[in-house]
Amino acid sequence: MSRTLFEKIWDSHIVLEQVNGPSLLYVDRHLVHEVTSPQAFDGLRMNKRIVRRTDLTFATMDHNVPTTDRSLPIVDQISSRQIQVLEKNCKDFGIELFDIHSPNQGIVHVIGPELGITLPGATIVCGDSHTSTHGAFGALAFGIGTSDVEHVLATQCIWMEKPTTFEIKVEGKRKNLHAVTAKDIILSIIRQIGTAGGTGTVIEYRGESISELTMEQRMTICNMSIEAGARAGLVAPDEKTFEFLRGKKYVPKNYDELVSHWRENLKSDTGAHFDKSFTLHADKILPQVSWGTNPAMTTDVTGIVPFPEEYSKGNPDEEKAAHKALQYMNLKPGMQITEISLDRIFIGSCTNSRLEDLIEASKVIKGKKISPKVRAMVVPGSQLVKKQAEQLGLDKIFKNAGFEWRESGCSMCLGMNPDILASGERCASTSNRNFEGRQGAGGRTHLVSPIMAAAAALAGHFIDVRELDLD
Amino acid sequence: MEQFKKIKSIVTPLDKVNVDTDQIIPKQFLKLVQKTGFGQYLFYDWRFENGDKPREDFVLNDPKYYDSKILLTRDNFGCGSSREHAAWALLDYGFRVIIAPSFADIFYNNCFKNGVLPISLDSQSVEKLFNNSFEVEVDLQNQTITTGDMAIPFEIERHRKKTLLEGLDDIAVTLQYEDKITMYEKSKSKF
Repeated sequence: MSRTLFEKIWDSHIVLEQVNGPSLLYVDRHLVHEVTSPQAFDGLRMNKRIVRRTDLTFATMDHNVPTTDRSLPIVDQISSRQIQVLEKNCKDFGIELFDIHSPNQGIVHVIGPELGITLPGATIVCGDSHTSTHGAFGALAFGIGTSDVEHVLATQCIWMEKPTTFEIKVEGKRKNLHAVTAKDIILSIIRQIGTAGGTGTVIEYRGESISELTMEQRMTICNMSIEAGARAGLVAPDEKTFEFLRGKKYVPKNYDELVSHWRENLKSDTGAHFDKSFTLHADKILPQVSWGTNPAMTTDVTGIVPFPEEYSKGNPDEEKAAHKALQYMNLKPGMQITEISLDRIFIGSCTNSRLEDLIEASKVIKGKKISPKVRAMVVPGSQLVKKQAEQLGLDKIFKNAGFEWRESGCSMCLGMNPDILASGERCASTSNRNFEGRQGAGGRTHLVSPIMAAAAALAGHFIDVRELDLD
Repeated sequence: MEQFKKIKSIVTPLDKVNVDTDQIIPKQFLKLVQKTGFGQYLFYDWRFENGDKPREDFVLNDPKYYDSKILLTRDNFGCGSSREHAAWALLDYGFRVIIAPSFADIFYNNCFKNGVLPISLDSQSVEKLFNNSFEVEVDLQNQTITTGDMAIPFEIERHRKKTLLEGLDDIAVTLQYEDKITMYEKSKSKF
């Protein structure tokens, strides 16, 4: 019988199946960070349990870490404590840790792929909802809560009810390959299917405009699957995937053998049945800007801030939410998106902080200066990204333009470290969530691509990047 | 985990869709390394202004609901971040039952791990509760919500019901299958 890619990975990881109940799945890779793990390790200690497979478990610190000079002590005592607790837990339980001084430190979803911890066909979990990122490699990867982190540490397995399957096809070609990015594709998808559109499903992204994407772009797409409510997002691996991972530090020794197996098996069979399907035409996608307080509240850069009654299409709950969002965002319906002026620019996060994102953004600002009204910041996703970018001289381009060039971490995507918005500040951000207060209490977030953020930094307001000469 | 008994309480109506876990428990409170003490920070930015002054127009600040154990809300509750701190905060505050038309997956799962019962009801029944409810009784064993002369049945997966009613420790259950895990590692594991 023909099966989807998801079903193949699912089937090959079943340890135990029950009638009318969840299955016990084996976990191939477990990524751990400082915020969602302390209580899990405590639980192990209390019950005198050990970590079953330390060789499949990797830890780093990313959410809390300052992005300023790493040779200085961490000022925030509570953050500092959480970081020390992770160090102690990794030491006590024998887990490999990429600590704040490691050349491999970075956002957990950036370092997984760049170290070859992420592998096609693998099951990957982490106590972070953006674990869906790793699906770009054809891995079944999803976020879990702390109780499940403890469960995976102790058993290397997870109980899970089988999600349904959701095919999202992005057909045709983008009209402008620089100005219309992977971020715009995924924001367009979420805008159309809604923040709960993928609930209970594993999405497989398919179609011409997915195949042509680089691995980094596919990561951007899969990363935001959770913003559509999905358990996970997947792209079938291909030669680009195999080449990306080849030679990475942690890929298994029998890599070539694995590649032959993956090439043969890791794709949905012709005629495989998906429970749901949605098609998008890439040539119709324009640069996107979010205007509200969830990622579905997004529109084209050429558009206007919508009127709640039109946006909600007759749903009273959504209409109320839109009114509230506009009030929070301090925006008036009918105003042009390009009239929205900005105080802050953030280029970073597990969505858009990889080398390619920084290269694309740097093209816009090279030899130019940011608007005197804005404060702009680049936070590379990992120490490795930072190093590679510096080798290309990107740090100088950004700094010369007036950007701050920071150390790696989650930073202002969620503002757990000192990088936050002040109340009322408005930010063009390459991150993934524009929830109320996400980047700082009272802060206002507009989600955009790196190139849109860079262009907005120069202008001090949003501009349509299709007007720029980007080649 | 504590066994789940019948819950009788006034219902706190939170009339919002897409309540994300960043609202349930803002990030500045995720730095604690225990599971307790999060209740005081529940819905922090909606509950307080300038850090400590209760906002009068927020439902949790209405004295009528101070002892409520049941939260009633709208679609897609708990979306966004996987932070289990959201479930810990609700529990620590005193909520044992959340009723909504739908929940986000990770949050839904996290609730059961902590003895919190999320009930998905059709929108019509949720609407009825928003309009009528004062005190209701939630009976997990019989899968009903009763208020006045209205009894609303609800669905729940059998294994989840069992977990709550018996207060089972997930890990202990799984470790009973350790031979199967070892067998998988020996024969099927590819990495």
